Amino acid sequence: MSVERLRARAGTGRTRRRVTDALATTMIAGAAVVVLTPLVLILIYLVGRGIGSIDLAFFTQLPAPAGEAGGGVAQAVVGTLELLALASVIGLVIGIGTGVFVAEYPEHPLVPTVRVLSDALIGVPAIVMGIVAYALLVVPLRHFNGLSGGVSLGFIMIPYVVRATDEVMRLVPNVVREAGFALGLPRWRVVLQIVIPSAASGIVTGAMLAMARVAGEAAPLLFTAFGNQYWNFDPLKPVAALPLVIYTYSISPYDSWHRLASAASLVLVVFVLVTTLLIRLVFARRAR
Amino acid sequence: MDRPIRHPSPDPPSGKDVRDLSRRRTRLPVGDRLFDLIVLLLAGCVLLITALAAFELIKGGAPAMRRYGIGFLTGTTWDPVHQEFGALPFIVGTLVTSFGALLIGVPLAVGAALFVSEYAPRWLAEPVSYLVELLAAIPSVVYGFWGIFVLAPVVRGIQLDIFRSAALRGIGFLRSTPTGLGLFTAIIILAVMIIPYASSVARDVLRLVPQDQREAAYALGATRWEVMRHAVLPYARAGIMGGVLLSLGRALGETMAVTMVIGNRTAIVHGLFGQTATMASVIANEFTEATTRAHLSSLILVGLILFLITILVNLVARVLIRRLAPEGLA
Repeated sequence: MSVERLRARAGTGRTRRRVTDALATTMIAGAAVVVLTPLVLILIYLVGRGIGSIDLAFFTQLPAPAGEAGGGVAQAVVGTLELLALASVIGLVIGIGTGVFVAEYPEHPLVPTVRVLSDALIGVPAIVMGIVAYALLVVPLRHFNGLSGGVSLGFIMIPYVVRATDEVMRLVPNVVREAGFALGLPRWRVVLQIVIPSAASGIVTGAMLAMARVAGEAAPLLFTAFGNQYWNFDPLKPVAALPLVIYTYSISPYDSWHRLASAASLVLVVFVLVTTLLIRLVFARRAR
Repeated sequence: MDRPIRHPSPDPPSGKDVRDLSRRRTRLPVGDRLFDLIVLLLAGCVLLITALAAFELIKGGAPAMRRYGIGFLTGTTWDPVHQEFGALPFIVGTLVTSFGALLIGVPLAVGAALFVSEYAPRWLAEPVSYLVELLAAIPSVVYGFWGIFVLAPVVRGIQLDIFRSAALRGIGFLRSTPTGLGLFTAIIILAVMIIPYASSVARDVLRLVPQDQREAAYALGATRWEVMRHAVLPYARAGIMGGVLLSLGRALGETMAVTMVIGNRTAIVHGLFGQTATMASVIANEFTEATTRAHLSSLILVGLILFLITILVNLVARVLIRRLAPEGLA
């Protein structure tokens, strides 16, 4: 059908077709430029505005009182690491375990269900996971706490880790498994000592990408970890986080807080982008 | 559950069945039984979490559901003081911002995908597609931060220009308080945020279009654009639609960036620059301040609606993408 249309056009309006083609090429190249422009603009703005505000105090001091210059967000840097650690425990253990289940037990009747649910979980908005963690851990404890924040981030991580693990483990050729069985190894040792090590780089990549992804999440933390202006190492009390700092400080009316927000944005973006970039570079090379 | 998992077919092992070789023995070693159990329990957690999420949302939203019934979806008043809650303004806000973002974002995303997979030389294609994916790595709050301090002033300028122009001032659709925060700003930010999702799926499905398809069209004397238009894009259509739905799912649930730039006014949006709220943004904005049971329950009910819609959209997207590309993609 489209072939006929093409043939019908072949003899007619050659110049017009050329012009259309050139126009399309320009627009497609233009689209690529337009798509990349915001990235460049955002990075330039963050570096330009944030870099002057990053000093040692940023990482070592607590926020100055509203409106006063100086201060840092040390508690949020530590808090973010704390939340990430909590999230990783949940996200990686359950995520990798489920990934192994889905990839290595294809005959199990639960596999299709688990796969569909994990696909469905990927689409659940982070803020909804925040409500779930709120209901599970904030309501019973009667106050906001870091644990619930870590749990909400962990829940968000799980499906990403499942998918990454599943995909790389299925790439391990069956010959490798056969070799293990031929040596008389039981299945658990084949999986743990042969399949997982050969898929390790892919699993690590997936895990790190999932961590980078939740490191920047603020939505589920608003009413779980809540944020904190002071030091707190107790996961059962409110815990600060960089994304929360960026949110609260950029909607505040104080210039000094805007500066801290820009510095925090820069730190967060550098952290996320460098992690993503490094992982891709390191593991993409090795995979080839 | 330590029941050994047996493969139903008695055929000699080939392909996938190899993973079952160890199961040929009647009694499994203790290690295997333990390992099976652990893995099964961990996978069970995924089922449990999904069930818990649904349960908690339903439980939390139930009081509002009972109190307002179906009127919750059609009510336009959101008044915490008089405890009257209707979610229509947010449903409208979510739909308008999401589809607005798709309208702007999808053509650009498909264009960028075409550029990367069909037009650009390899040395250019790889870095460009990598950079597009980096857009997805930037946290939502950072988009919001940029929106407040860079985009909003620009939009405010546009609003002021409209206000000054005698011809445009009269148009109700464009009338607004020039704050720079509102629907338009939210749509632009959202469009930027969903582009990487739509674009990377489109790029992947474009790569799956068989080379024959292009060569046949070229052999008929088609120009490059005609090849794209008649031979490549129709072939990739289902997959691209899947990517669009995936980005729709993202857009519907996007919270922080939208909350920071949309103005957070709990009324149905009026005009292109009007201040409004979305389902996600109203939760982010009011959840910690909700003091009455009805208010909190209404917010959770909004969360439940969002949960159901996004799950549905995502599953349909997966089906579309999987159908086109059974192996490896997405």
